[in-house]
Amino acid sequence: MTFLSFLISGISLGSIYAIIALGYTMVYGIAKMLNFAHGDVIMVGAYICFYAMSSFGLPPVVGILLAVVACTVLGMVIERLAYKPLRMAPSLAVLITAIGVSYFLQNSAQLLWSTNPKVFPSVVGNDGLKLFGGELSISYVTITTILTCLVIMVVLVSFTNHTRMGKAMRACSEDKGAAELMGINVDTTISVTFAIGSALAAVAGVLLCSAYPMLVPTTGSMPGIKAFTAAVFGGIGSIPGALLGGLLLGIIEIFAKAYISTQMSDAVVFAVLIVVLLVKPTGLLGKTIREKV
Amino acid sequence: MNKRLPPVKLVPVPSTNLIPERDAGSPPILECRHLGIDFGGLTAVSDFDMAIGRTEIAGLIGPNGAGKTTVFNLLTKVYQPTRGSILLNGQETSRMTTVQVNRAGIARTFQNIRLFDNLTVEDNVKLGLHNHINYGMWSGIFRLPKYWKEEKAAHERSLDLLSIFEMADLANVKAGSLPYGAQRRLEIVRALATGPSLLLLDEPAAGMNPSETAELMDNIVKIRDTFQIAILLIEHDMNLVMGICETICVLNFGQIIAKGTPEQITNNPVVIEAYLGKKGEE
Repeated sequence: MTFLSFLISGISLGSIYAIIALGYTMVYGIAKMLNFAHGDVIMVGAYICFYAMSSFGLPPVVGILLAVVACTVLGMVIERLAYKPLRMAPSLAVLITAIGVSYFLQNSAQLLWSTNPKVFPSVVGNDGLKLFGGELSISYVTITTILTCLVIMVVLVSFTNHTRMGKAMRACSEDKGAAELMGINVDTTISVTFAIGSALAAVAGVLLCSAYPMLVPTTGSMPGIKAFTAAVFGGIGSIPGALLGGLLLGIIEIFAKAYISTQMSDAVVFAVLIVVLLVKPTGLLGKTIREKV
Repeated sequence: MNKRLPPVKLVPVPSTNLIPERDAGSPPILECRHLGIDFGGLTAVSDFDMAIGRTEIAGLIGPNGAGKTTVFNLLTKVYQPTRGSILLNGQETSRMTTVQVNRAGIARTFQNIRLFDNLTVEDNVKLGLHNHINYGMWSGIFRLPKYWKEEKAAHERSLDLLSIFEMADLANVKAGSLPYGAQRRLEIVRALATGPSLLLLDEPAAGMNPSETAELMDNIVKIRDTFQIAILLIEHDMNLVMGICETICVLNFGQIIAKGTPEQITNNPVVIEAYLGKKGEE
């Protein structure tokens, strides 16, 4: 029974990683850049939801909506101001800019909201389901997280496969120049990608802080890095890969904490990443690019 | 192989440029005046003057590195011209972006094939139809009736277009796994799907065998006749160029060295010199 309970918390943590990883993977797939500021957008989302609920006494649903809207705008503004001018620049310049944006967001958050930890109130309460006569308890946060992740996955896959914008995204991810010459507006497409990724980051931030209620300006960075790892693990650029990578990473992390050592869990997680990349450098679901000769 | 389109009589548009007489009723679909571009200090194209009639098939030829693809990139605004003007349908394009030029009616294919390899043949064509499909995000996600209606129309349109090249049965194949010749044909279909009034073909016959080329020639003429559009093509295969182009423009070192009907071009000493070198030079 403890095994089952660990597995469920692993899936729950993994669901959060998966939602964050989607942001990394979509932006990478379409703009071919690593948006290292993504983790900090999560933190901003969590703060906005926190203040909406605690200072203004708004209901959690409104708090989440506000966070989603704010992060969507934030994501698009970051893209417009920091990344769009570098569209033609070498990828290293973009990468360094992304790290800069990440620090900018963290430090702005410190100025605005101080470094004192905030205790985040769970958006769905702290109760849970008791199963097997109380032997297994699953909190509502866990259930909400897993369900949210599933819903997001289904909607997103449907979006990329069945909408005009989704197809435009796939076209841009393959060949921006050709897409543009087919009348597809590449700038808009990239902007929408950032909007979706950042909206998901807001959701992830709220779920993350509901499960782990400590909120500080650096809250987003470690989950951000781990979600990036999850995206690489699953095959960066692939949406199902982000889900698979996120879930596996969450499960491995919880099992490592439970059965190996709490302090060593992160080391185990990254060791697994290294092994996977040695065996399959494109990640679990990544496509191998064959060089044409 | 040596079938030829009936010769056309060329008449001037208001400027000195010429278009076929049958298109003279309406202004040319495209007119370039003194078009030029410099890369750093290097002049890649200069004083490029050309007009294309509404239903004309025109050829752009010249030795390697003459600037032919650069002209295509100028017309589609991939490059911004340094000098001169491009009038599309009488409208100045200098302030337009690539996307706007496409919407205004120029579509193109690429010298090195640039299909969306991981998408199916049909999806490639549908991406060409991108600006002709109309449904919102939510109808797409939840597959509302509007989605089905528009998708059905797009599906039928795609198959119609694919059937020009008898490719309708390949609709669900991944574009990247098609044989080379079929990829070239799919590029033409995808470009046609954007609903152009001027189609630019960059070496459509490259890598094709003679029978494929002959078929392609028929199809280019068929496309012009069916859609009543103008076609400008870059090609090294002289059989194709001389066989189906009504007017030919010869480019060398970024400058037009000759313009005219196939007959005028084949007998032009300057063109022969550019292609074969001067007589008795060795």
